[in-house]
Amino acid sequence: MAGRLKVFLGMAAGVGKTYRMLQEGQAELVAGRDVVIGYLEPHDRPETSEQARGLEVVPRREVEARGAVTAEMDLPALISRDPELALIDELAHTNPPGLEHVKRYEDIAEALAAGIDVFSTVNVQHLESLNDQVAELTGVRVRETVPDSVLGDADEIVLIDLTPEALIGRLREGKIYAASNIDAALNNFFKIENLAALREVSLRQVAEDVERRVRLGGEELEQVGTRGEERIAAEVPKAVGERLLALVRPQASSQRLVRRAWRSAQRLGTDLDLLWVKRPGESIEGECERQVTALRRLASVLGATFLIEENDDVVAGAARVVRERGSTYIMVGESPPARGLARLREPLPQRLMRATPPGVDVRIVAHRKGGRS
Amino acid sequence: MIEHVLVGVALVAGGFGGFWLARRRKRKAGGDGVHRILLPFTGTEISRRALDAALRLARAEGGTLMPAYLATVPLQLPLGCPLPKEAAAAMAMLEAIEQRAAAQEVAVDARIERGRTYRHALERLLDEEEFDRVVVPAQAAGGEGLSGDDLVWLLRSAPAEVLILRPAPEDHRTVAAKNGHAPHGAFAVGSATRN
Repeated sequence: MAGRLKVFLGMAAGVGKTYRMLQEGQAELVAGRDVVIGYLEPHDRPETSEQARGLEVVPRREVEARGAVTAEMDLPALISRDPELALIDELAHTNPPGLEHVKRYEDIAEALAAGIDVFSTVNVQHLESLNDQVAELTGVRVRETVPDSVLGDADEIVLIDLTPEALIGRLREGKIYAASNIDAALNNFFKIENLAALREVSLRQVAEDVERRVRLGGEELEQVGTRGEERIAAEVPKAVGERLLALVRPQASSQRLVRRAWRSAQRLGTDLDLLWVKRPGESIEGECERQVTALRRLASVLGATFLIEENDDVVAGAARVVRERGSTYIMVGESPPARGLARLREPLPQRLMRATPPGVDVRIVAHRKGGRS
Repeated sequence: MIEHVLVGVALVAGGFGGFWLARRRKRKAGGDGVHRILLPFTGTEISRRALDAALRLARAEGGTLMPAYLATVPLQLPLGCPLPKEAAAAMAMLEAIEQRAAAQEVAVDARIERGRTYRHALERLLDEEEFDRVVVPAQAAGGEGLSGDDLVWLLRSAPAEVLILRPAPEDHRTVAAKNGHAPHGAFAVGSATRN
């Protein structure tokens, strides 16, 4: 039977991931489990080293690569030791050439396959899908990345959260780096705005993971669970995350709606979808093509998703996408004044509210008065 | 007989009236859409003189103003990657420009273009968009943005009229986003412009 993986995720070095991993390892030891340290990176932090006391350590092996000798985790020794639980720090580490695997997460996969439970640690900027985003936010790019699937496949993720102010306080007290490196760290990576952005990314990552797990749990429950369990599973995702959908048309005036929607999405910390419900057979050419291209490019800059749904009925098309994407919030532009028989028709926002699942909010964005756009 | 003549006159008058109204509406909506004035800019503020010139032209010609925020993408990132920080700056600027344009009843069709450098972004914009005129401030406030070389390149490359505006040395009026970083001495005009 394969082992279970628990990952301690943090926004940056020094939040206490390794410390917490060791703390939980100690608790497992006290509970009577066979626990070893497969690899520990104490970073000369006395508190961390103190927390490791009493835990058996699988000796590292010395590896020579490119003229330098490094002490690496001894995977064969760990597997032959066959503990119940191994604590392996630095999930994103890249091994020197010549070892069993290129990356440490591959070592961990082998340990898991051998039936060993593993606790490990990683910072959010090492996740492949977030690497670009974090580099853009902080201006610092890390080279060692981990596929998101590693975190996705983990049995448990524990977010080690700390406010940026508290982390900088720890840094100033010399609890993270040696005194000679503190100023450099404060001037580069450890800035309040960087840490605040990373914290937001970490929190969102874990929230999304919780949501995904609850959804998966819900699917399983729907197959075997009771009616009560199904209801709980179905309700939880709505409480965890918002998803915003903006109904656009290939017109320049839609850009204001997109700007408003993006700002709302930023405030809510949620994903944004832009949807154009196109009539079947409607051709995309000329000015329409130009505007569709502009919307697509704008969505790409914003990190939003641009969707085109073919449907005769805007409401039916939007409602289908709302269900499919799990949208919780719809933004629509102000409709032009109705003429003729259209005056008798129920306004779009009301029709949307009736057609979409309960709890989906609809917001109308007014046109700017005076302009012709 | 006279009734038939009156009905005929009324029908003809109605037809002409409808035609005139349709033409007027079409012209007001930007005519056939060929009058597009590109206004490329960088950073969190734009010369008010350049913006006003572009708006005046657009208004006079019944055209559409196309403000285009030029965003640079660092080499270590893919060119097509999302740029949340740049987008936030661009969005605020475009909002401010649109507000000013709306007050002058000028249609706006904004863009954000990415490139490795400002010139690269501009090059991509020229390749992908159609426009009839380019209005460009000679230099963004703070000395950043398009350089003299870039402007010479633009004059050579743009398939349209290019109007380069160099404000008088004492003219520091800019239009800035509310959350933009205005230079010392700037003040707000309306809710989003600085003078």
